[in-house]
Amino acid sequence: MPVSAVTTVTVRALLFAGYADALGREVVTVTVPAPATVGSVVAHLRALPGGDRLPPRPLCAVNLAHARFDLGVTEGDEVAILPPLAGG
Amino acid sequence: MPHLQGQPLDLGRLVAQVTSPQRGGIACFLGVVRNHHGGRQVDRLEYSAYAPMAEGECARIAAEATARWDVAVALEHRVGALAVGDAAVAIAAAASHRDAAFEACRFIIEEVKRRVPIWKREYYADGSVAWVDPTAPAGIQAAMPDAAARSG
Repeated sequence: MPVSAVTTVTVRALLFAGYADALGREVVTVTVPAPATVGSVVAHLRALPGGDRLPPRPLCAVNLAHARFDLGVTEGDEVAILPPLAGG
Repeated sequence: MPHLQGQPLDLGRLVAQVTSPQRGGIACFLGVVRNHHGGRQVDRLEYSAYAPMAEGECARIAAEATARWDVAVALEHRVGALAVGDAAVAIAAAASHRDAAFEACRFIIEEVKRRVPIWKREYYADGSVAWVDPTAPAGIQAAMPDAAARSG
C-alpha cells in the first residue's frame, strides 16, 4: 500500500522592510502541512511573535515572481512577503 | 547593466544608451528625493530592494515596453542612502517620434511603482523614521518598534 512520502513542505520565507522589523528577522524557515500555498506560509508567519503586524493578505512572490495567495508552494521554494512597494 | 544602482544615477548615460540615428525623440523621467512627505520634513532616506526579483521585474518591464512600442529604453533605480535632491529613478525611452517615447517612458515609471520590490525608509527632521506605505492614508506605515525607539 503506497504511503505518502511528503506530508510537510519546507520553504524559505523572506521578509523585508517593515515586515522584517516586525518579526525581527529577514529569513524564516517555514514548515507547513502539504499541500501548501502562499496563504498557508503567510498564516504560519502571522502566528509567530510580531507576526500580527503582517496583514492577512500581503503582497507575495514565489521564486522571484509575483504570486497569488492561493498559489501552491513546494519543497525548497523561496516565498517572499512584500510590504507595500515604494519604489520610483 | 544592472537596473539597481548603489551609486548616483547619471541620466546622460542612460540617454547615451538609447540614442541612435533613427530615433528622433527621447523622453526621460527623473524621480528625485523630495524634502517633504505627509506634512513632515524629510532629511534623507534609504531605499532597499529584494534585489534579484527587482532586477528581474525591471528587465521584464523594459522588455514589455520594447515589445509594445518601437523604442529603445534604459531604466535604473537607486538603492542605499539618498539625500534630498538625489535621483532615485532614471528612465530614458527613445523612438522615431515623440508619441511612442513619451508613452513608453510613462509606462515604465508606472510599472516600476506597481511591480518592482523596492522599499523606502524616510528619516524626518524631528528624528523619527518610517517605512513609506503608498497604500496607507497618510502614506506612512504604522510605526514599527525601531522607528518608535529612534523617535523617542
